[in-house]
Amino acid sequence: MAGFGGGGATGGRERRWRGMDRLDSRNRPPRSLLVALVLASVTLITLDFHGGTDSPVEPARRVLGEAFGPVEAGTAAVIRPFTAVPSWFRTKGTLSDEIRDLEAENSDLKSQVATAGFDKNRLEEYDGLTQSAESLGRALVPARVVAYGSSQSFSNTVTIDAGSQAGIGPDMTVINNDGLVGRVLRVTRTTATVLLIIDQESNVGGRVGSSLEVGFVQGRGSVADDELDLRLVDDAVIPAKHDTVVTWGSAEGPYQRGVPVGRVTDVYSSLIESSQRAVIEPFVNFSALDVVGVMVPTGTTSDRAVIEADGAMR
Amino acid sequence: MTRFRAVVAALAISVALILQVSLFPHFAWHGIVPNLCLLVVVAAALTINAPSAMLLGFAAGVALDLVPPADHVAGRWALALTVVAFLAARVRQDVKPTATAVIGTVAAASFVGTSIFALTGLLLGDSGSVPDLLLVIGVAVLWDVLLTPFVLPPLMRLFSSLDPQLATA
Repeated sequence: MAGFGGGGATGGRERRWRGMDRLDSRNRPPRSLLVALVLASVTLITLDFHGGTDSPVEPARRVLGEAFGPVEAGTAAVIRPFTAVPSWFRTKGTLSDEIRDLEAENSDLKSQVATAGFDKNRLEEYDGLTQSAESLGRALVPARVVAYGSSQSFSNTVTIDAGSQAGIGPDMTVINNDGLVGRVLRVTRTTATVLLIIDQESNVGGRVGSSLEVGFVQGRGSVADDELDLRLVDDAVIPAKHDTVVTWGSAEGPYQRGVPVGRVTDVYSSLIESSQRAVIEPFVNFSALDVVGVMVPTGTTSDRAVIEADGAMR
Repeated sequence: MTRFRAVVAALAISVALILQVSLFPHFAWHGIVPNLCLLVVVAAALTINAPSAMLLGFAAGVALDLVPPADHVAGRWALALTVVAFLAARVRQDVKPTATAVIGTVAAASFVGTSIFALTGLLLGDSGSVPDLLLVIGVAVLWDVLLTPFVLPPLMRLFSSLDPQLATA
């Protein structure tokens, strides 16, 4: 077969796919190597799976992150002007449609604010919340998303272009101007990997805005939609539709308190489990993530401007 | 020559990986992007000698497993791409690689690679629901086949020009 192929290697097509026609027994893929590499992969899987957060693979992740982080950031910076091109070609019609939608939404929100029944208890709770938010003394480190994990990997993670040099560490809360984005998993000097709240590994302590009931917001890891599930600790309470869910927050946990997560869109009750499951539509649009902020303790030294709790840049 | 070839192969994987995480998500459908690393591995398996191609597959898989923003259990893509390289190198002996054959190989490789990754996820309790899984595999195969005419010919030319066996013939 190799002989025939070699003889016919004069045509244009043959040259294009050349290398193919010189097949001989030397090229038989060795089974021993396959077995060795498969065993190596399985070893790697076992090491990483049982190691958890301090697995022996973690240093290798860090080294590769240090090497690839700046390249990813650079590539994203080069690509950014081109990905903005489609937004230049929006017609007057689509823009006026958008204005109409925004006006409708604005008046809707205004009426909600005007008619909302703030009872005294709730107001006090909110006052407490804002006070604790102030006393927490958080500052924001701005960053941009430079790389996205693919759906083929069945995990929802992104890389941002700020790392330990910017004062970021693991388990810090990541937000954008719409609400909660996720938390930092690991950092390199110049980048950080963020676990989005829509990942199925993500579990956020949440609190329903109107009843102040606590529960857990879990990502679904679903490909087709970005919805979250809310399970309340108290099974007797049924969350109302359109209720806002904010983070519950704890002193040492990863998520700071009072960050808006999403809105209740549907409530299902399961008779067998005698519990309520609410579907949450997150405020953040995860398919168009760009600028995010990482909540750091105030006074953190950073390689870039830090936005303090009172809005001042430092 | 061999060292030079290894450097070029590593460079090809790096470029593919960077484009896969930084450029293609902007065109992705529900976050499903073309698996450029898999295309590089298939191109290598169809061109250079089989052991090198399998090592390249393993290396590309480890890179996909570890380079941020990856967060799944490491070794899963390494396993998938090693098997892909082995199968593509096997197919190469039996089929005369016309353009159709190459596209068929890519489709099969993409299906096998993504499936192995998804199945290891199911075993480790780290994967989505089965309908999601099938959707992702289907769209991933479609993406990879769509990109094949643009990616595979230059890559195969690159690899075959680096193959020392070719220089002696």
